[in-house]
Amino acid sequence: MGDLLAVLIDGVIYSSWLFIIAAGLTIIYGVMRILNMAHGSIYALGAYVAATLVGAWLRGGHPPLLSYGVLVAAALLVAVVTGPLVERGLLRFTYGRDEVVLVLVTYALFLILEDVIKLVWGVESYFVTEPYGLLGNLEFGPLTYPVYSGAMVVAAIVTGVALRWGIYGTRFGKLLVAVIHDREVAGALGVDVRAVFLFTFTIGIFLAARAGALTAPTVSVVPGMGVEVIVIAFAVVVIGGLGSMAGAALGSLIVGIVRSSAVHYFPQVELFSIYLVMALVLAIRPRGLFSAVEARKI
Amino acid sequence: MTGRDRTPLVLTAGLVALVAVAPFLPSWAVFLVTVSLAKGLVALGLLLLMRAGLVSFGQGLYYALGAYAGGVAAARHGVGEGLAIVALGAAAGALAAGVLGLLVARYRTIFFAMLTLAFSMIFYGLLVKTQALGSTDGFNVHPSTLAGLSLEGPRGKVAVLVLAALLAWGSALGLNAMLRAHVGRLAPAIKDNELRVEYMGASVQRTVHLYLVVSSALAGLGGGLAALTVGHIDPEMAYWTTSGEFVFITIFAGTGSVAAPFLGAVALELLRSFAYEHSPNTWQMVVGGAMLAVILFLPGGLWSLFRRREAA
Repeated sequence: MGDLLAVLIDGVIYSSWLFIIAAGLTIIYGVMRILNMAHGSIYALGAYVAATLVGAWLRGGHPPLLSYGVLVAAALLVAVVTGPLVERGLLRFTYGRDEVVLVLVTYALFLILEDVIKLVWGVESYFVTEPYGLLGNLEFGPLTYPVYSGAMVVAAIVTGVALRWGIYGTRFGKLLVAVIHDREVAGALGVDVRAVFLFTFTIGIFLAARAGALTAPTVSVVPGMGVEVIVIAFAVVVIGGLGSMAGAALGSLIVGIVRSSAVHYFPQVELFSIYLVMALVLAIRPRGLFSAVEARKI
Repeated sequence: MTGRDRTPLVLTAGLVALVAVAPFLPSWAVFLVTVSLAKGLVALGLLLLMRAGLVSFGQGLYYALGAYAGGVAAARHGVGEGLAIVALGAAAGALAAGVLGLLVARYRTIFFAMLTLAFSMIFYGLLVKTQALGSTDGFNVHPSTLAGLSLEGPRGKVAVLVLAALLAWGSALGLNAMLRAHVGRLAPAIKDNELRVEYMGASVQRTVHLYLVVSSALAGLGGGLAALTVGHIDPEMAYWTTSGEFVFITIFAGTGSVAAPFLGAVALELLRSFAYEHSPNTWQMVVGGAMLAVILFLPGGLWSLFRRREAA
């Protein structure tokens, strides 16, 4: 019984982490139809900037409790700098090309960013464990969990609710939906598609960078940390249905629970349990769980 | 369709030139060209799929499978003959695609890419967890003969290069003939409009399945050849970055000719070696930058450079 509880809690914590990562990927795909391979690099970039800024913040003797704000500020910084740079400086020249060519463009971007990270931060690892340790632990009967993990769950839920509200409850969200349904007609009706793309891409980059920033306190920040994240995020959004926000949430939950069950009961399949689920889901529902027959959703 | 096909002539000229200079090449160049040809074989298979509008992000699966099939035979069952190793590689690739293709052939666009990716990552996970196959370290492969001749020393390396050149030449010729035959002409039609292909009386599903088997046999062949050349195999061959590299080569080179994948593979390996030599910390940046430049300025890939000159 205690075992089952541990599986569930681990699963939910892992799911939250997955959703935080996958949200940015699915929103960019949903609107722009770009499967962003550089997503993992942006994630790593967010982690590095967060580690640097939080380190400086703490060394400067500022209140440690505010370091959580610094984490988010780091992600904002990454988004504001790289989002417009990449979208305006590179991606807009490739619109209208094959989806696969766009994947390759972001793959090239991934290669470039990996080296940029190494050039700026070197190859040694960075640690910022303070925000993680600061919150202490929480006890669930015999099990102990860091409060920080709980905070990740809250962050994931807040992200999901905020994105849903942003898409269905605001004027910008309605314009977004119009662009998703038909780029050209939306443009003809006066929607500034260029601005929508720029803004969406920056939001997606922010979400990726924030995922890295929030993860930074729980791991050692090292080169190559984004490589595996890319395919895991792919798996999550493909399981859920590309471009669907509800799908990304469900995909995260499924993958999270499956992986934590694998860790507890079948450690030998842990490494590829995610891809096994992905292949199974695609075999049964070729376009993922939340792929509507009507126009794409996000 | 325009006049005579000059591709066989170009390919044969390339083969003769390569075999002629092979004994005089420095050992690093022998290695580089052989590995490039092995990767070019995989990219050649991707070219076939890409003509039909399909992009596999999981060719690493068949590449690794080919290498492991040949490698296990060599290391565990005492198969020392290089030809047997590459033949096993190709057979393993074809067989696996024959089975997986039953499912994969029904998928298109990004879902095809993602499903192939999932299968290759599952295989990667299996390899990493298999202690008997050396887990993440992989194991060494030491073939002793090639067509009965000893593989010892630098002459052995040149012999493998000649084998690679012959395999590349034969595969390219074969694929060229296939693309010009009925079954190959269906590829662009499938890319354009599947429904019309079905109305014409051809089975899209079976054609795509056949393309998968052919491309995977080529990937397995490339894998077996890589095992023979490098002398070591590890699960990294099935990782998504390896598959990404194959797609990279195919787009980099362009899909205009069956010779292009080999050109692209050699160009990429050269670029990478030189970038690595001169700036070890930024070689990925150089490769990524070259890729962006090709995509933005040469939409037909490197091959279109030759095309333009021909037309002029």
